[in-house]
Formats: sequence, C-alpha cells, structure tokens
Amino acid sequence: MWTAILVFTLLALALGLLLGYAGQAFKVEGDPLADKIDALLPQTQCGQCGFPGCRPYAEAIARGEADINQCPPGGEATIKALADLLGVEPKPLSAEHGVEKPKMVAWIDEQVCIGCTLCIQACPVDAILGAPKLMHTVIADECTGCELCIAPCPVDCIYMLPVKAPLEQWHWPSPDKRLEIAESPASPVQMS
Amino acid sequence: MMSTRILHRFPGGLHPQQHKAESNATPIRRAALPKQLVLPLKQHIGAAAEPVVKVGERVLRNQLLARAEGYVSAPIHAPTSGVVVAIEERTIPHPSGLRAPCIVLECDGLDAAMQAFEPWPNFNQIAPLLLRERVREAGIVGLGGAVFPSAVKMAGSVGTPIHTVLLNGAECEPYITCDDRLMRERAEEILRGGQILLHVAGAKKCLVGIEDNKPEAIAAVRSAAQDLADERFEIVAIPTIYPSGAEKQLLYVLTGEKVSRESRVTEHGYLGQNVGTAAAIYRAVALGEPLTRRIVTLTGSGLSAPGNWDAPLGILASDLIAQAGGYQADVARLIFGGPMGGFALSSDELPVTKAANCFLALSAADAPADPLPMPCIRCGKCAEACPVELQPQQLLWDARAGEFERAEKQDSLFECIECGICAAVCPSHIPLVQYFRYAKSEIWQRERDQEKAGLARERFEFRNLRLERDKQEREAMLAAKRAQLAAQKPQEGGAAVDDKQKAILEAMERAKARKATMQQDKGEGV
Repeated sequence: MWTAILVFTLLALALGLLLGYAGQAFKVEGDPLADKIDALLPQTQCGQCGFPGCRPYAEAIARGEADINQCPPGGEATIKALADLLGVEPKPLSAEHGVEKPKMVAWIDEQVCIGCTLCIQACPVDAILGAPKLMHTVIADECTGCELCIAPCPVDCIYMLPVKAPLEQWHWPSPDKRLEIAESPASPVQMS
Repeated sequence: MMSTRILHRFPGGLHPQQHKAESNATPIRRAALPKQLVLPLKQHIGAAAEPVVKVGERVLRNQLLARAEGYVSAPIHAPTSGVVVAIEERTIPHPSGLRAPCIVLECDGLDAAMQAFEPWPNFNQIAPLLLRERVREAGIVGLGGAVFPSAVKMAGSVGTPIHTVLLNGAECEPYITCDDRLMRERAEEILRGGQILLHVAGAKKCLVGIEDNKPEAIAAVRSAAQDLADERFEIVAIPTIYPSGAEKQLLYVLTGEKVSRESRVTEHGYLGQNVGTAAAIYRAVALGEPLTRRIVTLTGSGLSAPGNWDAPLGILASDLIAQAGGYQADVARLIFGGPMGGFALSSDELPVTKAANCFLALSAADAPADPLPMPCIRCGKCAEACPVELQPQQLLWDARAGEFERAEKQDSLFECIECGICAAVCPSHIPLVQYFRYAKSEIWQRERDQEKAGLARERFEFRNLRLERDKQEREAMLAAKRAQLAAQKPQEGGAAVDDKQKAILEAMERAKARKATMQQDKGEGV
C-alpha cells in the first residue's frame, strides 16, 4: 500500500510541476477571447455601442460587462456570430444603441468646406484627407461609415451616401426575401 | 475515324425536354448592321477593358476600342466602322439588371475594315507563344458562356504539360443550337482552331465531344476531320444528358477522369475549349480577325422565326429579334442563355455580348408563373440528380438558416456548378439553385467585409499609436522646455530683479527731487 501511496504522491508532484511549468512557459499574452470577439466586430470604430471603439467593446464583452447586441453596424450577422462564439442565445439589436442601416460612406461637399480640420481629427481611421484652410475630402475606400465626422463639422458639409457597389460585388438576394416579388434571374453555367 | 472509346456516366444529370429542332433547321443568317452598337467594357471574366478611343472618334471595323487591363482580361474591337458617340453606363445583360460602362458606336453603314493583325495561314510555323499572344490580342474568350479569357487558359498549369485538347461541342442546354449550326456549317474552321490549340499546347490528341442529339453536326465534323486527314482528332458522340457540356463533366464522360473542385482540367493535362472559341481562334490566327461577332440562337415559342444569327457584338437583342421577325403576340419572358443556367431579362434593349449564346423568348404557355415553393419533404430527388454529388436539401437548410460556414466547409457549397437540376427536379418547386447562389455571394460578401474590417482595424490602431506618439513627443518637448527655463532662471531672473529695483529706486529718487524742487518753488512763491 505504501508503494502505491508513494508512487501516486510522486506522480502528482511531477505532474503538478509540469503543469506549473507549462503555465509559465506557454503563457498567452493578452486576452484571446477579446481578440476573437474583436475579429467579429465590423471595426467601424463608431462608438455606437457606448465604448470608444471596437476593441474596448470586445474587451467589455469578454469581461461580461457588455451585451452582444449593441453593435448596429454589425447588425444581425454580428450578433449571430458573437452568440455562436460565446455559446449564448442571439437576441435582437438593442434599440437604444441604434438601428441597422445599409452601408454608407461620408462625402464632403467641397464647395462648402472651410478647411477647419475638425472632421480629420474626429475620423477614427484617418480616412479624411486635408490640411488647415484647405479643402478636405474623404477616401471612400477607407471610410467605415461611422458618422463621427458629421457632428464636429461647423458648416454641415458632410453627408452620408449609400455605398455604390461595383458589379463584381453584386449580391444574389435570398429567395426567402423575394419570393413574392418576381421570378428570380440566374447566371450562366460555366461551359467553356 | 470511328471511336471505340469507353464512355463514362457521371452521377445524376437530367434529360430535359429537347427543343433543339425549333432553331437548328435553318442555316446561320448574317445579321444586318443596326444604327448603334453598345459594347460593354466587361464582357469577360476578369478586369474590365480600358477604352483607348475618345468620344467623337471615327473607327474602322476590327479597330481596337478598349485594351485588356491586366492578365485576366480581354480587349474589345469595333464590329463595324462608325463614330464613338458615347462612353457611358448602359444596362447590360446581367442578373442584377445593373448598368456598367459601355462604348456606344454609331454605325456609318460603310463597314470599312482595317487589317487588325497579320494573317498567319501557316500557323504551324509560328511560335506557340506568339499564337497565344494573338489569341489574347484578338479578345477571344470562352464562347460557351463562361467567357474566361482563352489565352489565360491556353497557358495551362505550371508543371503539367497539356497532352490532350478537348473541343466542347456538347451543347447540353435544351434550347441552344448555335454550336450545332456552327459545327454543321464551319466544321473546318473549328478543327483548324483545334490544330492551333494542339500546336500551342504541344498536345498529341484532340477529342471533340458532341452530344448524340446532333447527328448532322457529328457527321459534318467527322467528314471535315477526314478531309484534313489529321489523325490527332477523335470525334466522339456522347450520350445526351444535361450537364455534359460542363467542362469537368465532359472530361469525365470522355476519359473517366475526375477533377476535384480545387483543381482545373489543365492540371490533369487537358485543355478544354468550346467549338465556337476554336473557330474564333482560327479566324484570329489564320485571317487576322479579332473577335467582333458571334453566333446567337434566337429561339423559343415566343418568337415568330427561331434560328441562328451571326451577329455583331453590341447589337441590341431588340434589333436582332426584330430582324428575325419579332415576337409572337403571347411572349411572356425573355431569357439570356438557356432555360437551365440562364437568367430572365427585364428588357430586350440589351446588347449581345461575348457570352450571349442564346436569347430564349417563351410564350405564356411555356413560362407559367413559378408555383409557390412548398416545404422540403426530404425526398432526396435533388441529391440523386446532382451531377457533383452534393446534398442540395442539406445545403438548403444551411442557406436558409444562415449557416454559411457549414455550407462551405461541411456541405461543399462551392462544388456546386449551378446547373439548376436540383431546382428543376424538386417536387416542392423550391428554387434550390437560387439559394446556393445567394449563399455563395453572401460568403464572398462576408469575406470582403472581413477584409475591410481588418484594414479599418489596422488604420484605427495605427492612428491611436500615432496620437499616443504625438502626445509623448509633445510632453517630452514641454518637459525639455521647462527644464531649460528652470536652468536659466537663477542668473537671468536675478539680474532682472536688480534692474527693476534699480529703476524703481531711480524713479523714487526722481520723484523726491521733483517734490523738493516743487516745495522750494512754493516756498519762494509764498
């Protein structure tokens, strides 16, 4: 019996040391859960969730301090992805944080712009180009449509325009959504 | 050259009701030139062509209008002489019904031509690389409907030499007959195109696969092969079953080789081209003609006189149909391509493009409104009929539930060739293939969004980094300034106090002196 006790004690000791060592050696820097959550967020950095950017919101979700339904730009798809990741039930978008809107980009009316640079300072992704007393313009490809530039503009010359998708990015609609509308078109089978 | 080849049967497939006879009885007619041609800049897979002409410029037939933009792209040439009147967005034949940039050419009726390229009738003496370059410059793309640039395909796959050329004359769509008529009337052009492909690829053998519902075409191609006395050709009659014209299915029927979704037939040493493409390659090489025309089938119960037309690219379907005698009174629907893989058009004011193998006009009797879909009863008919052995009923659940990851990873959504058989056989009339198209474009959309989000994250993080760095730099600068001031204070500050006090003392003394003089004056005055 003593042999058994000795063997198991030694085994427990050895394994414990091994685990302790592994814990130190393979320590993961940062918060992997927050990283995973952040990867699912749309990165508009709009702050509609109540946090200053997507990363802080992701960290708040990871800490359990924020709900998964506070991201209007991500909408239903993001909520569903977050629910899948966290193993919780998806829920509708929280109304107090906003509504899901089609994708937009900011556009500056260059005739009206006075070159104050306030929008440049507000843009979280550096998508506005310009200098003091010189006209500003939005780099449409980089704009996330967060609307943070609208409020600071003293002359109200920034407008949100719907994104014009090129033909290559055209999207087949779901038959579920258009069954009542009309016969659905189709694309040619590839037969070269 | 009768074939003794063992043919293979791919899984599933469909025998749709044949409607070839409606349009294949009359010879190909040459369409008259309309007033205007509308040439979309993107008639092919890849990047849109870049215009090289300006509005107002007079051009000749065969003149380059737009050059290829990048490797996977194709140039566009003028189908006739005239004046470029606009380069603007026009509605193009696309399931979205969207507009895209087009060159609008006002025809002058003279049809004055220029020689675009030097004719090479003895193409066997020309280097394969030059021939491939010619095919690229002539704007030739897959005319079976896939419109993939032929020169790119002819480059083959790195590391796998092409041993066999496949000429695809299957034409399995039940209404389309443009390849049928082409094979009957221009078999020699097709086979000479095949010889060019054999030469370019360095291949030893050329298989021509033709569905056995086209006996005249098979006979014509066989007799042309006999006339050419070229032992490399083997003309094979294959059973009529949809979709035998899809490239991988055709290869399987002819050779029994299976090609997985990730690889292409070129990786197995085969080079597939549609028979129409082969004829276009011949004309580009031997006659020096760019691709400016194609054969279009006009058919269906909604037309008064179905048939095949040799039409200039850019002619509007409405013009072409008017030349063909117009519509029947009860026409209900116009389809671009065949009934299986094509799509409905909302208007006929759309140009013939390189992809336009057929305009199918159906009468109300042939095109009943789609019955309302009923719930899936899991009968499994779609799975039995699927030529790529998918489980369409399972994919339907995935697409409906938004389980796109499962559709992609587990249920192999991207193996779907969108042949439309599943939707055709479904007893519940579920538009299965539409769900799969939707799911595919949704997955692509998400990939694009993901990419954009990654970029935005990078920019956001860099901006924060920059702001933080600026703040630190400013603080460091201020601290340095403060330290400098503090260091200067003792000497400079002391001297300044002395000066001030001296000035004050001097001023006080001056005031005292003045007071004294004033009192003196007073005293004297009193």
